Amino acid sequence: MAVDMSVTFTGRTLPNPVMTASGCAANGRELHRFFDVATLGAFVTKTVMMDARSGRGTPRMAETASGMLNSIGLQGPGIHAFVRKDLPWLKSVGARVLVSIAGNTAGEFADVARVLADSDAFDCVVGVEVNISCPNVANRGLVFACDPLASGKVVALVREQLPRDVPIFAKLTPDVTDIVSIADAAVKSGATGLTMINTLLGMVIDTDLLRPQLGGITGGLSGPSIRPVAVRALWQVTAAMREGRVQRVPLIGVGGVRTGRDALELIAAGATCVQVGTATFNDPTAPQRVLTELTELAGSHGVDRITELVGVAHDRMVVP
Amino acid sequence: MSRESGVVKVDGEVIATRRVGAYHHLTIVAPGVAELARPGQFAALAVGGPTSGTLLRRSFSIHKVSPSGTYGGTLDLVVAAKGAGTQWLTGLRAHDSVDVVAPLGRAFPLPTEPVPCVLVGGGYGSAPLFWLAEVLRERGCTVEMVLGAASEDRLFGVVEARRAADRVTVTTDDGSAGQRGWVSDVLPEVFRRTGAPVAYACGPMGMLQSVTRVAAEHGAVAQVAVEESMACGVGVCMTCVMPVRGKDGVTSMVRSCVEGPVFRGDRIRWEAFHDGVCGVPEDTVGAPRTGGH
Ligand SMILES: Cc1cc2nc3c(=O)[nH]c(=O)nc-3n(C[C@H](O)[C@H](O)[C@H](O)COP(=O)(O)OP(=O)(O)OC[C@H]3O[C@@H](n4cnc5c(N)ncnc54)[C@H](O)[C@@H]3O)c2cc1C
Ligand SMILES: Cc1cc2nc3c(=O)[nH]c(=O)nc-3n(C[C@H](O)[C@H](O)[C@H](O)COP(=O)(O)O)c2cc1C
Ligand code: FES
Repeated sequence: MAVDMSVTFTGRTLPNPVMTASGCAANGRELHRFFDVATLGAFVTKTVMMDARSGRGTPRMAETASGMLNSIGLQGPGIHAFVRKDLPWLKSVGARVLVSIAGNTAGEFADVARVLADSDAFDCVVGVEVNISCPNVANRGLVFACDPLASGKVVALVREQLPRDVPIFAKLTPDVTDIVSIADAAVKSGATGLTMINTLLGMVIDTDLLRPQLGGITGGLSGPSIRPVAVRALWQVTAAMREGRVQRVPLIGVGGVRTGRDALELIAAGATCVQVGTATFNDPTAPQRVLTELTELAGSHGVDRITELVGVAHDRMVVP
Repeated sequence: MSRESGVVKVDGEVIATRRVGAYHHLTIVAPGVAELARPGQFAALAVGGPTSGTLLRRSFSIHKVSPSGTYGGTLDLVVAAKGAGTQWLTGLRAHDSVDVVAPLGRAFPLPTEPVPCVLVGGGYGSAPLFWLAEVLRERGCTVEMVLGAASEDRLFGVVEARRAADRVTVTTDDGSAGQRGWVSDVLPEVFRRTGAPVAYACGPMGMLQSVTRVAAEHGAVAQVAVEESMACGVGVCMTCVMPVRGKDGVTSMVRSCVEGPVFRGDRIRWEAFHDGVCGVPEDTVGAPRTGGH
């Protein structure tokens, strides 16, 4: 019997748990040349802010062992152009959209959310991903997600702008001492879910030129090399939820997923949904392929529903 | 797999690989590419095999394509071994497989009238120009080619050029073949002689900038195929951007894999490039304000 791949959170049902990752799939048209983006559980858009942004200069990337470093600098068209051009297109092809938003200040996040909520194509939006892994201009550029107070404030302000039935996922960075406390702050402020993880801060030096390889000097590390960090973050927050230290909300796992087996690893650690990011650069069909492989693999574990595997590894620890 | 989208992802099979000077010329069976490709477009290849830890795609100008034949459609590339990925590619042997996404990017725009054209190639940058020359001559254009490189072994296709073009000039930095010097040294004379209103160029960024300048001095438009570091080649990662002025005069950071690799040379903000680093000009749409991102 075929495994039921559907997942439900905050009253929304997605046909399957596989998504693109923000910033790794643009806004849909490019990948739609390779596969139908409406077949994914959801399409996650590139983080959009209030105004158009050029992003940083180049080089913007450096390849690393099983991964890469990027410093794009949140290049984007701004929310008004996004709701005019990109969102209607995604709706026209039948995609379910998780819109990633950010702001330079907590107030800007809320403004972006309001423009989104007032837009014509908003009915294709299955949730909002709040990318708090970006610098807070009001606090000397400290990343929001490194500070429980700032994280909570952003989520609370965004919550006020969106209809109550619209899920909000706060996207966390693993570059913190205690990810559980950030998760807790986001959930207490109204996040209906969490996305983990964003990239880790890294740096590469060109050993021919003996200078930093990225124009922006440091950048975000992503790809299969960071998967163990994603598994660890999902594990810690899931454990805290199971122990009642943090209220239970659905988690979206992201970080280093290249195959269905990788996706299953994140699910077993506690993720309900899984995003495919950097692997898409290697294989533009990766999100769809991961879904096919995950479906087969779930079948081989003999479950009826994929949701039976969410966090399953927490119950399988061998205590000698 | 094409969804009528103008691009295919195929598991290609190498059928021939041969050394040409400092380069490797690869012929790959890649069904579906030839029917879609036009000169100036490129192919993005995965390297290291399906489980490789080297994830990012490598981009190469399409040297030529042929739709059918004994093996099905083929794709030819000219590869210079540089880092890990290109070393893997140049180490491939006949019957090895390689994952190909092609054709990608914008092709060279063709003149509507049969005009004289100047084609300039630097190093392996000449790879896409022979096919372009053929297409231009089919339309009644005369083609004059200028090939330049650091040294003789880094020239590609001098013999082929003599067949594909009406006239060929060769330059090398060290004088090991043709005239000693840069292509920009001989270009003024070529523009004067031919009166060409358009130049097509592919090669290092410095060369493209000087072709653009010399073309403008002679009232010609340069169409240049740029080379910027690419992670995906298909438009989803935003790593390959450069500052380019649009038709409206407004500069944006545009993706060279989707809106390029061919740009009008006079639209590129050359002054932003310095020694392998490119900044964001202040008047670019959404440029960082002082102290901002
Ligand atoms: C449109 C286009 C056409 C090209 N045509 C040719 C060609 O016909 N023949 C040829 O030999 N080379 C060509 N190049 C350059 C070629 O893509 C690079 O030399 C190659 O990607 C380097 O890979 P590597 O593994 O050797 O180097 P590494 O330094 O290990 O590469 C690491 C990463 O950086 C990227 N990268 C590094 N250098 C470049 C570069 N110069 N341009 C783009 N990406 C780069 C790679 O794609 C990879 O993602 C072209 C590049 C572009 C953008
Ligand atoms: C080039 C690039 C751009 C990214 N842009 C964004 C972004 O705009 N917003 C965001 O929340 N995450 C962004 N990310 C992070 C990814 O969404 C993802 O969290 C991270 O890369 C880990 O997953 P992966 O290993 O599957 O790529 C970006 C990652 C890459 C590689
Ligand atoms: S190479 Fe990825 S967007 Fe151009």
